[in-house]
Amino acid sequence: MPIPSAILTLVLGMLLVLGGLWIGQNVNLLPVDASVNAPIYDELFRVLFSIGTILFVGIVGLIVFSLVRFRRRPGQLGDGIALEGNLPLEVFWTAVPAIVVLFVGLYSYDIYERMGGMVPLGHGDHGAVSATANANASSADVRIWGGIGSTQDSQTATGAAIAPLPIEVTAMQFAFLFHYPDGDFISGEMHVPADRPVSLKMEAKDVIHAFWIPEFRLKQDVIPGQPTVLDFTPTRPGTYSIVCAELCGPYHGGMRSSVVVDSADDFETWLQANSKTTPSEA
Amino acid sequence: MTITAPPPSTPSSTALQPNGWLRYFSFSVDHKVIGLQYLVCGFAFYLIGGAMAGAIRTELLSPISDFMPRDVYNQILTLHGTVMIFLWIVPVVNGAFGNYLIPFYVGARDMAYPRLNAVAFWLIPPSGLMLISSYFITGAAQSGWTAYPPLSITTPATGQIIWILSVLLLGGSSIFGGINFIATILKLRRPGLKLMQLPMYCWAMLGTSILVVLSTPVLAGTLIMLSFDIVAHTGFFNPGLGGNVVVYQHLFWFYSHPAVYIMVLPAFGLVSEILPVHCRKPLFGYTTMVYSIMAIVVLGLVVWAHHMFTSGTPPWMRLFFTIATAFIAVPTGIKFFNWLATLWGGRISLNSAVLFSCGFIVNFVLGGITGVALAQVPFDVHVHDTYFVVAHFHYIVYGGSVFVIFASIYHWYPKVTGRMLNEHLGRFHFLITFIGFNLCFAPQHWLGLNGMPRRVAEYDPQFALVNQISSVGALLMAISTLPFLWNVVASAFYGAPAGDNPWKALTPEWLTSSPPPVENWTGEPPLVTHPYSYGVPADEIDLNSASGSDLWSSGQ
Repeated sequence: MPIPSAILTLVLGMLLVLGGLWIGQNVNLLPVDASVNAPIYDELFRVLFSIGTILFVGIVGLIVFSLVRFRRRPGQLGDGIALEGNLPLEVFWTAVPAIVVLFVGLYSYDIYERMGGMVPLGHGDHGAVSATANANASSADVRIWGGIGSTQDSQTATGAAIAPLPIEVTAMQFAFLFHYPDGDFISGEMHVPADRPVSLKMEAKDVIHAFWIPEFRLKQDVIPGQPTVLDFTPTRPGTYSIVCAELCGPYHGGMRSSVVVDSADDFETWLQANSKTTPSEA
Repeated sequence: MTITAPPPSTPSSTALQPNGWLRYFSFSVDHKVIGLQYLVCGFAFYLIGGAMAGAIRTELLSPISDFMPRDVYNQILTLHGTVMIFLWIVPVVNGAFGNYLIPFYVGARDMAYPRLNAVAFWLIPPSGLMLISSYFITGAAQSGWTAYPPLSITTPATGQIIWILSVLLLGGSSIFGGINFIATILKLRRPGLKLMQLPMYCWAMLGTSILVVLSTPVLAGTLIMLSFDIVAHTGFFNPGLGGNVVVYQHLFWFYSHPAVYIMVLPAFGLVSEILPVHCRKPLFGYTTMVYSIMAIVVLGLVVWAHHMFTSGTPPWMRLFFTIATAFIAVPTGIKFFNWLATLWGGRISLNSAVLFSCGFIVNFVLGGITGVALAQVPFDVHVHDTYFVVAHFHYIVYGGSVFVIFASIYHWYPKVTGRMLNEHLGRFHFLITFIGFNLCFAPQHWLGLNGMPRRVAEYDPQFALVNQISSVGALLMAISTLPFLWNVVASAFYGAPAGDNPWKALTPEWLTSSPPPVENWTGEPPLVTHPYSYGVPADEIDLNSASGSDLWSSGQ
């Protein structure tokens, strides 16, 4: 006795969903995570990857099945079935994607909030004074826009009592410079301590650049005439690439730098070794 | 179902036009000639843009910048993007197929404004040649096809200004074409033909033309302001003069995101014409297909800021544009499910047109899935401006539009030339295009996720192997054009005679001779009110002729 097609469809659908979930959980396409928000990002990625795999395999499977099952055999004449529509079916495949998309949108909103993205920006607590105010804006209300908004202690229990480390990033063709107000010196390489919030205030000297650390899952454009902020908490000691992601001229591909995530002690040593007693003019 | 039996076909009268191949080099006002002019001209630019892609992939074989100077690399990537979008895909999916098919589909003898139509086409070759010639004058624009200021203001001005002029002219061509399509579809319909009886490509072109007419002028205004910033040192976008660079991005993407739908909506329409014919089934869910096109048009106009999630936009804006962008997946998904239902239970001929159409569905589904992912702000923050986006974008416009262009050429070649293309060469063409395309672009998802930004001539050595795999895929794609070129040229002379309607299709262009006469029909145009009535028993088809009208006496 042939298996009823409804049961077959159900079993195949369940296998598809389970397979997709398994692939989403077990196939890793991302680099190591090295900041507090990277695991949160990876959680979203696994969900999107699972849903995407289920959809893709399902649709490709249907196409291949149709092309094989319903192909025209030699000598076969005449048309297929004159089936023009099916309202319940169309309502079904309009409603289900709408629900899935809405779910994914709300879920990613939640993720974004957990990463600190929905925190209102422009709060004045960024260590450095906004000395380079816009020509046409008073320094009191400089509009500061950014990506991931604030370390405001909500991300991590360990960060509750620690003041964020301020760093001023200047992007220019074709380098990033890192000014540490705490020691008043400029470094070509970014050093940050593990497990302490870091607050970047970024300005571009010439054209648009983008500050990206793949292992931190963070990117923010650095825009001339408009300071931007980017806050994060590194977690995993190591050296990672800082990449410029916005086309900025001939040497754009070479505009790379490094971020070194040190232990707290190592960072303090590094900071002391580089600090200047007198303010630098650079 | 009402089909008036077409009159017996007769050899085309060429009394009103230059004869033979010469008419393709004339300022013809015949929509069929203009359609082919668009197609061949577009394909020539495709080969040029493809050569540029080859240069880019050659540079990326090694992590260091060693194949060409860095500024030349940026010129090549700018030209590649501009040529492929403005000179290949937009003109071909709109201008070429729109011109050739729309008058047939509405039962007209020509477009509403034939001379405007010729103007729209003849803007393209000079502006394209001007764009490419800038490379040889002082160097082409090198700020990417997005031309973001301040980079576009600070790079050498001559190339950038030529780029702006060229894009302005091409935008003008698009607008002329869009107005013409809207007028033709709405006003030149054969009496008795209702809007909801039009073939799906008409709806796709109506939606596309609405997008063109609404959004292209914004691009034109933006580029004129940018050119003022460059030559007259105004400060619209120049931060040194108090301008705002993010405003440019808003204005630019207000056109350039809909431009993606300007490239894929017509492709959706073309696939909707091809699949029913070769599956011998009605197009599934005609009405929802129409509504989904219009939903895509409306949503397509309110998603532009998803290109700017890392530019510094307020949080509420990110939320709005995330939801709006993700919701485009719903009408798009409806179309894909309807095509699957069109395949289901059919008698599918596995010919080149169907293979390219199904290849399109597979590629576009992947591009759509990564598109929904990219709409999510947290995801986008990591992969924006990386090779992940390059991969996504090429899955949409190459895996989508270009695959459909090839499917359409295999489908309509017999109508245009009266001869069949070689099927073996066609399937071979599909096979290496599909393999080459996926080999080239699938690995780029991984590159982007792991840290390779786009638009770079040099990159981290850890990405070398994957880039080399991608370049091999690009080489296969380049090779894949050879059997195609041989096929279309040789088949024009030696192909098997096609007859008027080799696919036994029911859309109106097949109910006249192949190639069609100058005025499309020698007698009355047929009134086709159900263009997809496959599978309906023959005795239910009403072949009583509908009464004609005097309107159809000339093309004007």
